[in-house]
Amino acid sequence: MTSSATDLAVQARGLVKTFGRQRAVDGLDIDIPAGIVHGVLGPNGAGKTTLIRMLATLLRPDAGTARVFGHDVVREAEAVRRRISLTGQFASVDEDLTARENLVLLARLHGHTSGAARRRADELLEGFGLTEAAGRLTRQLSGGMRRRLDIAASILVRPDLLFLDEPTTGLDPRSRSHVWDLVRRIVAEGTTVLLTTQYLDEADQLAHRIAVVDHGRVIASGTRGELKASAGAGGVRVRLSDPGQRDKARAVLTTVLGAPVHPDDDPAGLRGQIAADRPGGSAGIAVEALAHLARAGIEVSDFSYGRPSLDEVFLALTGNPAELTEATA
Amino acid sequence: MTTLAAPPPGGPAGPVAASITFAWRSLLKIKHVPEQLGDVIGIPVLFTLLFTYLFGGAVSGSTHQYLQYLLPGTLALAVVFVTVYSGVTLNRDLTTGTFDRYRSMPIWRPAPVVGALIGDLGRYLLAAGLVVGLGFAMGYRAHGGAPGVLAAVALVTLFASALSWTWTTLGLVLRTPTAVMNLGFVVLFPLTFVSNVFVAPRTMPAWLRDVADANPISHLVTTARALMNGTATSHQVLGVIATSAAITIVFAPLTTVLYQRRQ
Repeated sequence: MTSSATDLAVQARGLVKTFGRQRAVDGLDIDIPAGIVHGVLGPNGAGKTTLIRMLATLLRPDAGTARVFGHDVVREAEAVRRRISLTGQFASVDEDLTARENLVLLARLHGHTSGAARRRADELLEGFGLTEAAGRLTRQLSGGMRRRLDIAASILVRPDLLFLDEPTTGLDPRSRSHVWDLVRRIVAEGTTVLLTTQYLDEADQLAHRIAVVDHGRVIASGTRGELKASAGAGGVRVRLSDPGQRDKARAVLTTVLGAPVHPDDDPAGLRGQIAADRPGGSAGIAVEALAHLARAGIEVSDFSYGRPSLDEVFLALTGNPAELTEATA
Repeated sequence: MTTLAAPPPGGPAGPVAASITFAWRSLLKIKHVPEQLGDVIGIPVLFTLLFTYLFGGAVSGSTHQYLQYLLPGTLALAVVFVTVYSGVTLNRDLTTGTFDRYRSMPIWRPAPVVGALIGDLGRYLLAAGLVVGLGFAMGYRAHGGAPGVLAAVALVTLFASALSWTWTTLGLVLRTPTAVMNLGFVVLFPLTFVSNVFVAPRTMPAWLRDVADANPISHLVTTARALMNGTATSHQVLGVIATSAAITIVFAPLTTVLYQRRQ
């Protein structure tokens, strides 16, 4: 094994997992460097959870190999389990126990004596803002508190690699940013985090590197900047004064930008990427587009030009924006 | 800002410590959800009262005399019925994310199942205690004295623990807790009724008598009766122990293998 392979928290090649006729994971390759938050972004059913379950030694791959810190997930499952921790998509804490009992139980399983387990539980309850909820049954906690408890349960002993499967699905915005803060703190203490999400802004906020997964394969990967650059030189968004002119405006913009232009959810909105091979620089083309619209007698109420968002990246990669952004838990 | 992560302890809990921790989990769940003891309390009380007063006069001429015959039978019956819930509980646990977490931890993999069964021992003893207590209150007299009664309870609990491995196996094969419960009771009704729990098999048609005589529940009940009457032979007791061991040897590894493969 080369030394670079052991610097990788995860290295998977050609992973396949089928359930009946459905190929949940279909020849997936991924490299995850240690010490970062690595996002796995994709719609529901893209294979994210199946990937995590294979890496966490819960599912045996049908084909391909996966190594976690150089240990094979099938042949050296025990060694893998010593390095990882899993926060599943569905609450992986016991509903019929109190918050504190959940942490004490897991701390005992990690080998803490009963005194040390109680101390560690209290320390984490405090660190996660759960001290007041300590004696309450887990099923009575709010979604946000339960998620935090779930994450606390995963770092009773500092894991080298933490799997967070859709940690903020179904949470309100405040609980969400609380979870994000925790993830940042955990990674700052040296844990590699593999985070799956169907929210683009979450990947944008947290992940140093992102793999976009669709139909069980990685269809793009890189840093946020690299992914954005791959989607085009830049994009424009236009809002028209008269929604009735949208089709006409779309035709004008398509010609100028040299790439498809898509209608927004807003009935008067349009957005499009500037083709990377377009001469004249993307800012110049944006100006030109505005001029063409004016000349065609189309009145514009809003116009913006900028680097593409991850939304646009996903759109460019899959041609299917709605599936991702409208998916619910 | 507090440090979230802490240095690890010496290493994860060993098989015994992990199993005991999971047994503690079962007891905590009983503490927080006492309703789940409904079966443990309801079944023994119902069986003892109902069958004594319903059949007593018809079968033995008097309820008092029938109780002498019936009580060791309801002891076995009640505890054996309660075992089904071991499979139901395991099946329900598996559908939660909790077991994914346990299975991704560096602990002895069967520990959650073994621990739950250790915790279930407490449920069996509670059910047995209720039957015996109620029996004495209704006028049952054990000629074997306290040692006989305790030995009978111990033997029934041993058999029940062995039998619970069949339900955990079923709990891993079937999809829902309800399915486990339904199939469990469909199996248990003929298994317990076609036996010597309620009536002596000599009153049955020959073909049914053969089944009842071969039924391991009959052997368990015969031995429990003998222990409580102070007439048990070591041959009877060893027979039940051997049956329990045989059930465990088949179904404990089967449960373990199915549990490891469960995805």
